Amino acid sequence: MTTTAAALPATKAGTTKVKLGASDYALRGVSYVVVTLFTIFCALPFILIISASFSSEASIMRDGFGLFPREFSTEAYEFIFRFPRAIAGSYVVTIVMTVLGTAIGLFVIAMTGFALQRRDFAYRNYLSFFIYFTTLFSAGLAPTYLWVTQVLGLKGSYLAVFLQLLMTPWLIILMKNFCRSIPWEVVESGKIDGAGDLRIFLQLVLPMLKPALATVGLFLALGYWNEWYLSSLYLGSAVEFKPLQYYLYNVVNTANALKNSVAGANVSVAQLPSNTLKMATAVIATGPVVLMYPFVQKYFVTGLTVGAVKG
Amino acid sequence: MTAATAVLTELEPPPTRKQTTMRRLKQSRVLIVMCLPALIYFLVFAYGPMPGSWIAFTNYNYRDGIFGSPFVGMKNFEFLIQSGQLWLLTRNTILYNLAFIVLGNISQIALAIMLNEMRMKYFKKISQTIMFLPYFISVVLIGVIAFNLLNYDTGAVNALIEQFGGDPVKIYSAAGIWPLIIILFFLWQSTGYGSIVYFAAIMGIDSTMFEAAAIDGASAWQRIRYIILPSLKPTFIILLLFSLGGIMRGNFGLFWNLIGNNAVLFETTDIIETSVYRMIVSQNNFTSSTAVGLYQSLFGFALVMLCNWIVRRMNPDYALF
Repeated sequence: MTTTAAALPATKAGTTKVKLGASDYALRGVSYVVVTLFTIFCALPFILIISASFSSEASIMRDGFGLFPREFSTEAYEFIFRFPRAIAGSYVVTIVMTVLGTAIGLFVIAMTGFALQRRDFAYRNYLSFFIYFTTLFSAGLAPTYLWVTQVLGLKGSYLAVFLQLLMTPWLIILMKNFCRSIPWEVVESGKIDGAGDLRIFLQLVLPMLKPALATVGLFLALGYWNEWYLSSLYLGSAVEFKPLQYYLYNVVNTANALKNSVAGANVSVAQLPSNTLKMATAVIATGPVVLMYPFVQKYFVTGLTVGAVKG
Repeated sequence: MTAATAVLTELEPPPTRKQTTMRRLKQSRVLIVMCLPALIYFLVFAYGPMPGSWIAFTNYNYRDGIFGSPFVGMKNFEFLIQSGQLWLLTRNTILYNLAFIVLGNISQIALAIMLNEMRMKYFKKISQTIMFLPYFISVVLIGVIAFNLLNYDTGAVNALIEQFGGDPVKIYSAAGIWPLIIILFFLWQSTGYGSIVYFAAIMGIDSTMFEAAAIDGASAWQRIRYIILPSLKPTFIILLLFSLGGIMRGNFGLFWNLIGNNAVLFETTDIIETSVYRMIVSQNNFTSSTAVGLYQSLFGFALVMLCNWIVRRMNPDYALF
């Protein structure tokens, strides 16, 4: 890599210029090569899927999946958009759940995080532990499944999915850590002015928590958008419109779902461009995350560095 | 507090324990109410199911319910141990997690060091953006990617093999190769995002140390060996201990979307989570699945406590509790 040698010397502060030795240049060269290769390695699967979704089924059957479409075709997308009912329904279900769940979850998490962080709150340690304990010991899948289906009666209900994604102890801890950075004087000044705890939270603290709300909200939204697991347990085929990722899961794994996804096409499974349909569905189900992601990336990074560990 | 009430409180007898509690409750009633939604939430969704673990000691049937079904003591566990299933699941879960922890941390540290060496800002930004992306897509897509790459008829790997004149390989029935595939997918998904913590730690190193080392003529290797790696040690040990605490917990989504119901591969790929899921969804077997789940929870609980105790002894600031 010739460009690397021309780059600036490696002093961080940029004040003193230190002469770089041969080993420094070697390391830098190696770094550029390895990071470039790893970046390609990370991007390849996405390219493979997009390329496959724009290939003709015949060329896939003949030559297999490849990096570039051998015969460009929008056949798979045409199939999906000619009978868009199923996937459009899934989109609506997922968007509604994501928006509602993120809004409600975020408000409750922020309120809880704020209260549990208040140093004048006598019960904060007990209540924190009550929430935190659930990460140390859990009932396990089978009792939870029986509880949700038999006691709460949520089998086949979107609520079974929606409610179980609403909050996690980890996100509350993350919010607590963010709240810790708000100066105590803010709360104190509110108290002196005679504001109640709820008002202090809503009018003074909440506006200061914007970066925290963005971070926690994005994790919540991502959880709803990527959800397929709870749907597979509690929804199954009980609902007409499946959450998006569970819809994709079915299209990929069962031939029947693939056929139903283009219901009305009046063709047998054998006639469907099944390989390219799977890939096109994957592109449509993942697209929004990939497109939004570069703009919100920094909040996820904050989440990792602020929340890392600590209760 | 006005002066008058201050005098009054001084004249009152010292409050009893009960009175203090009452006053405290009254003082913090708004804060308690603010916590209430979350507390009820965890009570219902996390504590509610816990008594159901009793199923592990019964011969559960739907009609008699959880506490009406016949009690069988440790029979369910004995069966799981004798059939060898518990051992297989424990072994697979722990070995995979060990591989994830060791290889994951090594590649994250290496990546962080290399990112730190790079000077072209935009190049670095763009490559980081691409490297983080796999962490944020759904695991279902990983199943799609695996299908695209590995299936027998049209998979990209077999297409490549055929192009070079080889015979296609039936990857989905070769159990021996799957640990490698699973680990590669894991690294693909988590190395980029995981490197952030180490990258942040490197950025936090005092830059005068590097300048001093350069003036003394330290080579790049010596810089890594004697400055960077020692500075990463605390972060590394803490992360290591926390991941060891979770070594009994498997990455269900990854394994299920790669393997699913493919029984040919179970010997090398079945972990606790996937097995429990299958018992419930396809066999309606609630006794064995509860028993395995309880075993996992208790074992995991003990491990977390142990690891946290070690962290606390090393550096109380980092302990979870």
